[in-house]
Order: sequence, then structure tokens, then C-alpha cells
Amino acid sequence: MLRYTLKRLISLIISLTIASMVIFAVIEIAPGDPASLMLGINAQEDTLAALRSELGLDLKKSERYVSWVTGMLQGDFGTSYQYRTPVSEMIAARMWVSLPLALYALTLSTLIAFPAGIYAASRRGKTGDVAIMGATQLGVAIPNFWFAMMLVLVFAINLRWFSAGGFAGWDKGPFEAMKSLTLPAIALALPQAAILARVMRSALLDVLGEDYMRTARAKGLTKSQALWRHGLRNALIPVLTIIGLQFAFLLAGGIIIEQVFYLPGLGRLIFQSISARDLIVVESVTMLLVFAVILVNFCVDLAYAAVDPRLRGRS
Amino acid sequence: MSRNLILGLFLSTIVVIAAGLSFVWTPFDHASMNIPDKLQSPNAVNLLGTDQFGRDILSALMVGARTSIAVAFVAVGIGIGLGVPLGLWAASRKGGWIDEIIMRANDLIFAFPSLVIAILITAIFGASAVNAIIAIGIFNIPVFARVTRGSALSIWEREFILAARVAGKGSARISFEHILPNVANVLIVQATIQFSLGILAEAALSYVGLGAQPPTPSWGRMLADAQTLVSIAPHMALVPGCAIILTVMGLNLLGDGLRDWLDPRLNEART
Amino acid sequence: MTLLSTRGLNVSIGRKSVLKNVSFDIEPGEIVAVTGESGSGKSMTALSVMDLLPEGAQTVGEILLNGADLRKQSEAQMCETRGQSIGMVFQEPMTALNPVKTIGDQVSETIYLHRPGVDAEAVTARTLSRVGLPPDRFPLTRYPHELSGGQRQRVVIAMAIACGPRLLIADEPTTALDVTTQAQILDLLKRLTHEDGMGLLMITHDLAVVADMADRILVMRDGEIVEHGETQDLLRNMQHPYTKMLFHASMHQAKLPTIDPETDTETPLLSVNQACRDYRLPRSSLFARAKQFRAVDDVSFDIKRGERVGLVGESGCGKSTLTRAILGLEKVQSGQIQLDGAPVFAGRRPNLAVRRKMQVVFQDPYGSFNPRHRVERLICEPFHLLSDAPTGNKRDELIAETLEAVGLSPEDAQKYPHQFSGGQRQRIAIARALIIRPELVIFDEAVSALDVSVRARILDLIAGLCRAYDLTYLFISHDLNVVRSITDRVMVMAAGKIVESGPTAQVFDNPYHLYTKSLVAASPMLPALES
Repeated sequence: MLRYTLKRLISLIISLTIASMVIFAVIEIAPGDPASLMLGINAQEDTLAALRSELGLDLKKSERYVSWVTGMLQGDFGTSYQYRTPVSEMIAARMWVSLPLALYALTLSTLIAFPAGIYAASRRGKTGDVAIMGATQLGVAIPNFWFAMMLVLVFAINLRWFSAGGFAGWDKGPFEAMKSLTLPAIALALPQAAILARVMRSALLDVLGEDYMRTARAKGLTKSQALWRHGLRNALIPVLTIIGLQFAFLLAGGIIIEQVFYLPGLGRLIFQSISARDLIVVESVTMLLVFAVILVNFCVDLAYAAVDPRLRGRS
Repeated sequence: MSRNLILGLFLSTIVVIAAGLSFVWTPFDHASMNIPDKLQSPNAVNLLGTDQFGRDILSALMVGARTSIAVAFVAVGIGIGLGVPLGLWAASRKGGWIDEIIMRANDLIFAFPSLVIAILITAIFGASAVNAIIAIGIFNIPVFARVTRGSALSIWEREFILAARVAGKGSARISFEHILPNVANVLIVQATIQFSLGILAEAALSYVGLGAQPPTPSWGRMLADAQTLVSIAPHMALVPGCAIILTVMGLNLLGDGLRDWLDPRLNEART
Repeated sequence: MTLLSTRGLNVSIGRKSVLKNVSFDIEPGEIVAVTGESGSGKSMTALSVMDLLPEGAQTVGEILLNGADLRKQSEAQMCETRGQSIGMVFQEPMTALNPVKTIGDQVSETIYLHRPGVDAEAVTARTLSRVGLPPDRFPLTRYPHELSGGQRQRVVIAMAIACGPRLLIADEPTTALDVTTQAQILDLLKRLTHEDGMGLLMITHDLAVVADMADRILVMRDGEIVEHGETQDLLRNMQHPYTKMLFHASMHQAKLPTIDPETDTETPLLSVNQACRDYRLPRSSLFARAKQFRAVDDVSFDIKRGERVGLVGESGCGKSTLTRAILGLEKVQSGQIQLDGAPVFAGRRPNLAVRRKMQVVFQDPYGSFNPRHRVERLICEPFHLLSDAPTGNKRDELIAETLEAVGLSPEDAQKYPHQFSGGQRQRIAIARALIIRPELVIFDEAVSALDVSVRARILDLIAGLCRAYDLTYLFISHDLNVVRSITDRVMVMAAGKIVESGPTAQVFDNPYHLYTKSLVAASPMLPALES
């Protein structure tokens, strides 16, 4: 188990290093001089030079990469070209919207998908299965941002149960804050739940055809006992992969949903920064998103080992 | 043919025909404004209503289908063109360092969701439909590489591959002569799925302004326009939304139907 | 009182009738074997007693266990019965156990389920000891992947007998195992049946196994029992032609022609000289050096022109690795393998001049052809090795001639492999090997996947081709009976080494190496029948 974890950890570090190089390189190619962008066209050459050296723009590329990475490791993401405030502070504030939203959506998606998938698999070919599969067929086809607009139309504009957008803030108490994240989370979660339910169902159906399920029945387990005790854990392996991918998708998809609901999350930050050409913010937020995705994949790898003893090896 | 396949073919064909027809004919010029008739609900003249500038939504929808199809098609092409050879190569060197590098590179690209790639590209080149194509296309490469490698590995285990090696054939020749035809089914099905995901992704990117730019109509931007007006003109959001849903559903049903239709096990039962 | 008795059992799946009017009895302590070829309905008989038939199966008839009709029981009552009164053992020990649960958990589950209140752990430990897996050597916390096939089959048996069932059903319990393991598992089943006074319903295709252990035999074909009786009576006095055919096919001896005296038997065709092949084992810890596993260990032998040589050994003995090395698909670390004086392995670019002197026939009649190619293209694949491959009419004539030589018709060239039966596909595989007239053919378990009657015909075909083409071949198999019937000389391989070799009859009748002795003793043999 230790060996497996170490191996995955090394792979995590390599991935992060390469990802950071890619992001750094892409932002480097981007045209435009941040210093002249900040000071305007009429800036004096010496003030520009002073600002460049203040921002570290006069250093060699390799030195700037190293200082960017070491800065991030210490929680220093640099200074925004546009607002002249530390990027880490801007990110920290937005993070408390985006991360809870993604987790909220993931929880909802799992809570809906697991029972739906298990039920459909256990009723294979019967009405319940056909109905759930039909619903998921629709679910995977719905664009989440359009679904968000429809939720706003129905629950915010017509029924007035929720506000149409904006974030209440955590200082108003967790209930208000979560309430303002509810519609966005549903919009994100339902299409993902449809995918997850389909994966769950087909993973279970695959497992149901395995020899050990027949062995379990021969012991005297009923169909549902065999499903719960022997099927579920084996079916979880492909399902975990999808949950990992979905978290990445939810974080990124959140960027779009934040636009629909005017939520002050990382997504809005990134779009504002692109239009203001505040590239250091774009760079850092992208790195953060990629870091989150790689980290989640690492956790999924560890979860595999917890589920499947064959990966652990004997210590 | 199954019901899925027929329904899927039907829906996909309608979209393709609508897009093709738009080159020669649309009910109105999709770009011509007619302010007095703005925000009309669907009626006998404008079958699907008009937008905030009085432009005919059906016409915009037909022209927008071109953008969606073109973006998704080229993006799938990029995925197949690069992903399939990489997957075949990796499978033919199973466990070797080439396999390792290709698969690790795949994992790395998976860490950059297509939206993030689109954001990075926009940061350099600015927003455009090409931008969307590249972003979605790059993300498709590891998808096809993985699917190809996965299926190819199981084919490599079969004895007819050993027979080909005994006949002195090299791994590149075996990959194209024996492996590729036997993974083609899986790739066709995956291509329809990626096509439908491409349509969804294109809509999302142009919705947030990272995709096709005006005046090119696109379904995603029609929805962006509709957003502020959703309470007074819900048809502006409903019509493009339903277009996306029906197209994506059609492609998914087509994929499901093809999977069953091409499955050699079911095929043998038929002959 | 009769333990199990079925009366007029009919099962159909869809419109297909899989069991027709099957009636038989099993007494306590009795071993009843059901035998027949694939598709005879023998496994369906077992599954119908357990009421575990595939979905959509329609059953008619009575299944009486201790006089009570199982067909009238509810699903809940059947769950009570399964595992408690009837235990079942399956064919594939590699997949019959849940890979993510420990063996202790899987065995004790049966006990928890049917005997609440009992000290399940103690019973589990005792049961595993009874099947030969004492907990001090095989802790209950082991996972299935940490055990060998034979050990896993013991776990499956432990699960089946944990609650002391009255009836044990074993569906091809040893088919996936090596002969020595098979003998041990069969002994274990016999012992358990005897000790517990259980009835044993044994499903097997192997008549030698049946003759060796069953009290009574049922012979099935196409879902019907064609003949049944006490084992000795039935063997001595077979009535039904199908039974006779089955027994004769099982003991079939192909008539090998004598080697043409004009062939040069002095210079070796294939010469293997001190060949070694190592594999790296996965490292046991992060810093330990990777250990090597020697799959082929200092193997030397020659095959001369016209010789028909057998290679026998159990799974993992290195015979597959050796085969791949001989075919030039893998490199040997040390030693040489030469065909007609030239090395068979020539780096990444195969030496076509050497390869074209050698062809191979594989085991799996389903996996050895690209399903998307026609027979014509399939059997011409070795043409790739020729610098002057025949084209046009010459090619078509050669295809027709080769197909006819293996007992197929020239029209078959336009068909796809899925249009043929398993035996016919093996004929196509032989045609593919022969079309370029190789000097050496390697048969790699080439008849192991076939039913006995088909197997007998393929062996006859090979013997016939020997006559027509002066074949030299290496016949690799785990089945001593087959090797005995088709080779002049045999080599026995164990743990990477060739431990014994000599004329086939001599080696099998008077083995001198301990391993050969145990192999011969473990191989089930049909008793000699007076006709």
C-alpha cells in the first residue's frame, strides 16, 4: 500500500510540474506588456522600467518560472496587474464560492445517481429501468447553463422561491449562503447525475454477469443481498473514475454556471481578468483548477486501492 | 434496426439537412434586423418567433447549426486523427516507455478541462470559433487515445495477432491490418458520443463568449442573448435550448443504436 | 429415502428446448456423474436443480429433494435451501470468488446466512482445514488473488460444504485445473462425500474422470439422457451408439505413418541449445532489487526431420514461453535456438527466410482468426513470408488444394470464420499453417478446446497429413492421452526444465523421473474395455 501511494505521489508531482510549465509557457506567449497595460499608453519609460522590475518582469524566463512556482508553494500568487492587490487574496475570497458549489453539486449528483443507477440495474428491462434510462438520456443532452436559465425562470422569476442570482455571502449564515448556491448546484448536478446513473447501472449489470455473483446466489443469498454484498463494491471501481472526472468537470463547469447566476466565484474572476488582460490572475486561477483536478485524480487512485485489494499488494 | 438507431438517425439527419439547407435558403435573412417585430412569440410568419432585434430565430437556428456541426466535426476529426494513432502505438508497445509517456501525457491533458484550454487559448489569441475547435479537439485526443488503446490491448491478446507475428508482420502493419478494423466499431460509437459532447461544449463556450463571435450565429450565443430577456421572451431561450437537446439526444441515440448494431456478437446471431 | 430425484424435467430458453424429459435419482452418499459434449445440457441440469437458470428459462417437471418438490418452493425458501441443503462448486475457480473480499469473509458468509448464532469464524477455520487450507498456513484474511487456482477451488468447495449440505453439485470442478491438481481436488470431493454422506452430482465432459469416481453415470446429448446405469455395468455393456462413440473417441489413437526411410534424420531441423529465458518479477518493496523468474531453464533438445515430438507439462512449467522463443517471437537470454542452422530470433526485424520454414496452430478456434477477414485472406497470411508469393490463378489453386487437404471445400474460401464450427476452424488453422509448406509445424494445445469426437477427427487429420506432407512437428499439450496418440517421442517439462524425454510409449509406461511418475499417475485413464 505504501509503495502504491508513493508511486502515485511521484506521478502527482510530475504531472503538477509539467502542467505548471505548460501554463507558464502559454501565458508567456500571450501578447502585450503588463507594465504598459497597467500604466496606460502615456507612461514614461523609466516608470515602466521601475514597474517591470517591481513585478519581476525584467528577469530571465527561467528565473520568473522558478519564482512563480516557489511563490505559489508559499501561498504567494503574485500581484494583480489590474488591482495591484495580492492574487492570493482575490482567489481566497472567490474560492469560498466555487469550491462549496462544486462539492454541493457533486454530493447532489451522487445522491441522485446511486439510487437511480442501482434501482435501474436491479429492475433491468422493466418499466422502472426504462423510465430512468429515458430520463438520463434527456439529462445527458441538456446543457447545464440552459437548464440553469430554466431553473431561474421557474423557481426564481415565477415561483419566487429563490433569488435569480448573486451570492448571499457566508456572513449571512450557512443557510442563506447554501440557499443561494442551491439552484446553481442543481443545474450543475442533474446532467452529471444522469451520466453517473448510466455508468452505475452499466457497471452493476457487468458485475451481475460475473461468476462470483452466481457463487453468491448458490450460497443462498437473495438477488438483492448478492447485489449489495458482492456487486456494489466491485461496480464502484468504474464509478469512482467517473466521479473523479466529474469533479474536474464540475469545477470547470462552475465557471459557466457562475456566469448565469452572477456568483462571485473563480469563474467570474477569470473572465474579468481575461477581458482586463490581467494575465497573472488567469495564470494562477488556471493552475489552481488544474491542481484541483490532479489532486482529485490522486485521491481517486487511492480510493481504488481501498476498494480493490489486488492493487494494494502484500506488504 | 433498433428503435434507438432509427430515432437517432432521424434527429441527426434533420439537423444536418437544416444546416445544409441554410446555405441556399432560410425563411429570412438571419442577420437582418426588424425592430418593430422584435421579441415576437412563435407565429405563422416567424415560425419560431423573433429576437430582441426582430431577427428570425428559425433562420438563425439553421445557420447556427452549421457552426455547431462544423466545430464538433473538426474537433472529433482532431481527436481521431491524433488520438487513434497514438492509442494504437501505445497498445503496440504495451508496458514500454512509449506507452507510459503517451498515457501519462493523456492523463495530463485530462487535467485541463476543455473550458480551461479555451480560456488559455483566448488569453493568447482572443476568442473565435477556431479557438473552440482547438480547445474541444485537444480534449478529444486523450479520449480517443484511451479508448483505442483499451480496445486494442484486448485485441493484441488474441491468437490471430500471434499468427500474424508468426507470419513475420511487424507491429505497425498488424496495428493497421488487424487491430484498427477490429476497434473501428468502438471508435464509431465513441465518435458519435464525442460529437454530441462537442455540440454541448461549443454551445457552452460561445455562451460565455469564448467561441464563435458575432455576426456568426451560434446556438450558445443565442442563449446568452436570451438570458436577460428570459422572463419576457422565454421562447428565445427555449428554442435554441431544445435544438441543442434534440441534436445531442439524436446523436446519443445514434451512438447507442450503432453500438448494438455493430456488436459482432449480436451480428452473428443475426446471420 | 432418495436424496434427489428429478421427474420429467423440461427446460426451454426462448423457443429452444435445452432439457427434455430428464429424470434421475441420487441416493445419499452416492456419486452420480452427468457427462456429454458441449451443448448436451449437463450444466443446465445442475443449474435447474439450484433454480439458478438464466433469466427467461421455462421449467416444467418435478425436482424432489428428500421428497419435497423444490419447484413448489418460493424464492425465499429456495434461498434457504441453497447453501444449506445444496452446495455448489463451479468450473472457473479464478472468477468464482469475489476479488474484493477475503476468503474468510466469503466462507463465513454461508454460515452467517444459514446458521445464525453459530461461531462462524470457528466453523470457517474448521471447514477450510478440512479442504486442505489450514488457517495457520492460509490465514482467513487472504484475498483470492493471493491463492493458486487449485487453492481457490478449495475455497469454493469450503463455501459449498460449510453448512453440511445433503447434496453437493460440482459443475466441471476440475476442467480449469492441471492434472495433478485435478487429482487432488477429485480426491477431496470423494473424501468429503464419503465423510459427510452427501450425494454428489458431478458434471464433467471427461469420461476418464467419470469412470474413475462415479457410482452411476448419465450420458446426455442434446438435452436428453441417452443412457444411464451403474458405472461398471455401463462401461462393460454400452448400448447407445452415442455412448459408444464418446468412449471410443476418448480413447482414440491416431495411426501415425512410419517415418519415410529416405528422409535425412541425421542433421537436426530444430536445435535448442541451453536456452534460458528470464522474466523480471515486480519488486517486492520500493528499494529491493527486482527478482528474476526463470521461465525456461537451460533447455536443450533437437528435432530431426520427420520427427513427431510431444511436449507435455502443466500450466506455468514454461512451455508457452519456450514455444514463443522457438517461434522467434521472444529472445532468449542465453543459449541458441536454430532452425536449419540459422537463429530463429533476429531482433526487431524478423528473418523471413527462417520464419517461412515454421508455422503454428493455436489452441483457441475462436480467437485465432481476425473475424473481419474471409478464409481466403486468413489462410494466405503466411504468404507475407515469401518473396515470390503466388498470385492470381496459382494462388487460388493453392488455396483450393490446401482447403481440400484439411477436409474443407474450396468454396469455403469466401466465408467468414464465424460461419464455421470449432472443429472446422481448427482445420482452417491447419490450412493456414500448411499453405507455405513449412518444414516444422508447432501445434500449441491445438486440440485442447475441442469436444472428444471433434478432437478424434482432428487427430486423424494430422496423422493423415503426416502421410501426405511428411510433416515434422512439435505437439505441445497438457493432455497425456492426446500426446500418446500423436507423437513418436515426448519431452516432459517442469519448472522450466525438461526433466525426461524419450519414445512416447516408453516414457508414459515406464517413467523414471519422479515428476513424470506423478503426472502419469494423476492423469485419469479410461479402463481398458473389451469390445
